Amino acid sequence: METPAFTPAMFLAVLPELGLLVLAGLVLFADILLRRRRERDLGLLTFGGLLLVAGLTLVFSRPNLVPELVFGGMLRMDWATYVFRLVFLIGAAISVLFTMDSDRRIRGGAFYLLVIVSTLGMNLMAASADLIMLYLAIETTSIPLYVLSGALVRDQKSTEAGIKYMLFGAFTSALMLYGFSLLYGFTGTTQMYALKDMFDTGAIPTAALVLVALLILIGFSFKISAVPFHFWAPDVYEGAPTPVAGYLSTASKAAGFAVLLRFLAVVFPDLYPSWLLVAILAVSSMIAGNVLAMTQKNIKRLLAYSSIAQAGYMLIGVAAGTELGYTSSIFYLISYLVTNLAAFGIVVIVGRTVGSDEIASYAGLSRRSPGLALALMVALLSLGGVPPFAGFIGKLFVFAAAVQADMIWLALVGIVNAVFALYYYLVVLKVVWLNRSENEEEKIPVTRPWALAVVVCVAGMLLLGTLFAPWYQWAMQAATAF
Amino acid sequence: MNFPILSLTIFIPLIAGLIILLFPREKTTWPRVTALAAAIITFVLTIIVYASYDIAQGGYQFIEKVPWMPMWDISYHVGVDGISTPLLLMAGVVLFCGTAVSWNVSDRPREFFAFLMFLGTSVLGVFASLDLFQLFFFFELAIFPKYLMIVIWGYPKTREYGAMKLTLYLFIGSVFALVGVLAIVFLSGANTFDMLLLEQFGFDIGFQQLWFPFVFFGFAVLAAVFPLHSWAPDGHVAAPTAVSMMLAGVEMKVGAFAALRVGIMLLPEGAQIWSPLILALATINVVYGALIALVQTDFKYVIGFSSVSHMGLVLIGFATLNKDGLLGSGLQMFSHGVMTALFFSVVGMVYDRAHTRDIPKLGGLFQKMPAAAVAFIVAGLVSMGMPGFSGFIAEFPIFMGAWQVAPIVAIIAVLGILITAGYILLVLRRVFFGDLKPELAAVGDVSVLDKVSMAILVVMMIALGVFPSLMYPMVQSGVNYILALVGGA
Repeated sequence: METPAFTPAMFLAVLPELGLLVLAGLVLFADILLRRRRERDLGLLTFGGLLLVAGLTLVFSRPNLVPELVFGGMLRMDWATYVFRLVFLIGAAISVLFTMDSDRRIRGGAFYLLVIVSTLGMNLMAASADLIMLYLAIETTSIPLYVLSGALVRDQKSTEAGIKYMLFGAFTSALMLYGFSLLYGFTGTTQMYALKDMFDTGAIPTAALVLVALLILIGFSFKISAVPFHFWAPDVYEGAPTPVAGYLSTASKAAGFAVLLRFLAVVFPDLYPSWLLVAILAVSSMIAGNVLAMTQKNIKRLLAYSSIAQAGYMLIGVAAGTELGYTSSIFYLISYLVTNLAAFGIVVIVGRTVGSDEIASYAGLSRRSPGLALALMVALLSLGGVPPFAGFIGKLFVFAAAVQADMIWLALVGIVNAVFALYYYLVVLKVVWLNRSENEEEKIPVTRPWALAVVVCVAGMLLLGTLFAPWYQWAMQAATAF
Repeated sequence: MNFPILSLTIFIPLIAGLIILLFPREKTTWPRVTALAAAIITFVLTIIVYASYDIAQGGYQFIEKVPWMPMWDISYHVGVDGISTPLLLMAGVVLFCGTAVSWNVSDRPREFFAFLMFLGTSVLGVFASLDLFQLFFFFELAIFPKYLMIVIWGYPKTREYGAMKLTLYLFIGSVFALVGVLAIVFLSGANTFDMLLLEQFGFDIGFQQLWFPFVFFGFAVLAAVFPLHSWAPDGHVAAPTAVSMMLAGVEMKVGAFAALRVGIMLLPEGAQIWSPLILALATINVVYGALIALVQTDFKYVIGFSSVSHMGLVLIGFATLNKDGLLGSGLQMFSHGVMTALFFSVVGMVYDRAHTRDIPKLGGLFQKMPAAAVAFIVAGLVSMGMPGFSGFIAEFPIFMGAWQVAPIVAIIAVLGILITAGYILLVLRRVFFGDLKPELAAVGDVSVLDKVSMAILVVMMIALGVFPSLMYPMVQSGVNYILALVGGA
């Protein structure tokens, strides 16, 4: 391995990360300098900064056709990194929009700082090509998220969420690290792209590799909340501040998928048991997530279980293990990002006025606020996989990938689950549109940042659901770049 | 012809629906006017398409093709043939009449008319699709307007149950069809969604045998094939009038049409293998639906089950796979669509004014709403297959076709028609004739818009019955095309 020589090009490669670092510093200073009442400006600064970084990434970090390893093989600049970075940045920006004007306790500079730092960690997760770098990136992402989940001080549920998330996270992270150390012990390298060649020599027994794959998959499954490593998700989503729950369920999950895809594609492409494990994770996540979602009375818990099931659908594409499978998973992730952010965002908005996250408190929403009701309809139907919204195309792609990979049984499990899932989404819609409540005349205030975020998400769902070809092209370029 | 008439037809309702959603809530007339205007334009456009379809030339016409997703060979690809042109016309007229009879919807009219327009786009889009992806896209597009319209504006006692049952049944059917569609495209190695190419692809016979039931029965759930029919009566009854008209009139044809287009036309050998089963199930549809209709005491359930029975005839025609049977099915899809829309609109008018659909509580309504009664009589005659009405020219070829394949089916199905005559006459007598019940003394007559829409539907059925040549040659050309695929594959 050659010693890294610093060139301007290398700085350009990590431009988004540098931008985030600068932004984090800015927010920190602004928080100290500005007077207490100006939290809103901090939110705007964070949002604007994230957008600026996303714009810079879009223009200047566009990777070459030939992927390159930078910083001594620590990071890999390719289309996958590029697409995932944009996904994280946009997810973070929308989450910040939803945070503004929500609960007072989470509007401070420290909150935004943690969001920025964890986004930075996600960016590095997607780019990591080295086990040590990967582990550091995962922790950089996770530790701020633990704090964010417990950000509602003096709220028991939020504190519990933070602690629970941290304990589960530390546990699975330790297992994953153990897997990494075994890999290093077997091969003597931490470079992901060098590992595969070492396996091909046949010196390492397959059983050992399966054990390693299992340990590492546990770590990733925790991040994407796949069954049976999902137990934290409902409690954490329920207890955490709602914008954080939205961020956890989208950007954080996407980061988990980014590393999962890269790891499976690069390190274990020929290890059949690992693909089988993924298929099992997919099936168990879909079934458990959907069955448990059906009985939920709290919308955040319902969305939590639904997001577990959604991870299952995405895993179908991963389990297919083909180029189409990877592409469909990435496309699904993008469509899921805008969809679930919208869903959680509407929970933020409604919860702020209604003061409850019970599904029953959504009665009469279509009379109180027809626009919000329509947006919620779009989001839930997109989650359910109904055209012309993004989720339909995502589901169609992953099922197509399963069929093309001759895994029809997996596609069948998926479609049966889609039917169950549609049921509980429709039940929520029924409450929103049909049930009456006493205070139907009372409007639900929607501030400008919220309105912007909801409009962006709805537009995204419609765009991904109708003009899907360009996004598919991006997903495909990302999928083939690993 | 370069003028994008089909795209206009499909998207005018969609655009109208989106505009309606943007109206302020206080303006309760704007949505009605906009929706009615859009429905009239759509109706006129479908008439133009129908009138300018060149029968001598046959095949797919008014084709427009724009790449949608080149990587998978998905295009926005529309065009109509001799089978779909009449269905397009039928969708146009039912959309118009449905909008017209819903003029007085007062609860959240903005959402009502917007969703109704979306439903219109969905059905028109399916009938004009020449791309498998696009067909499925439009097919599924109907899910949310249907569910929400039934839940919000439906019959309070059963709407939650009816809407959920209908949506889940249809969703189950369509996702199985989806797996079949994906298999057709990816497993076979065809790798295109262009139906014109898929028609000529020549799938392996084992493949056809395996996948035909997925697509055919998956789509045919929407045509209420036995034993997956029970969503239909419950859904139709729970739905508001306009949605019942669209559901029973047009949506059930969408199911049958998709089963024909994707099942029979793409996998013709599979269709031959499975046709005995379809025949048997469809025959059960005819007789069972009619028998259940006979014993209903709810006015709307009678019509709901009669749809199940009549759709059985369409499926029998499909399963014969011969010229007469398919011809009859094509005509029956049109005739039944118009007829059942008329039935449901009359039922809706009666319910709106009498506030009950319980047949024993109704009676003598001819004195109060003569126009509706006459319309119901005409629809009843069509339903019974009386010569001189569209039902006759549609059902007769189906029986002829069935006789050639399986005489027993023809005999049993004719018995079904006898039962139909029984329940129609019974309902007619109990609801419209006899003594006027004292509770119904205050019932008023139907509105002008109601009369206009009923008149249009009545004229269509009689015109087709008296001059079959208005539609016969067109459907014939479509059938010849299908037969070439079935025979030549």
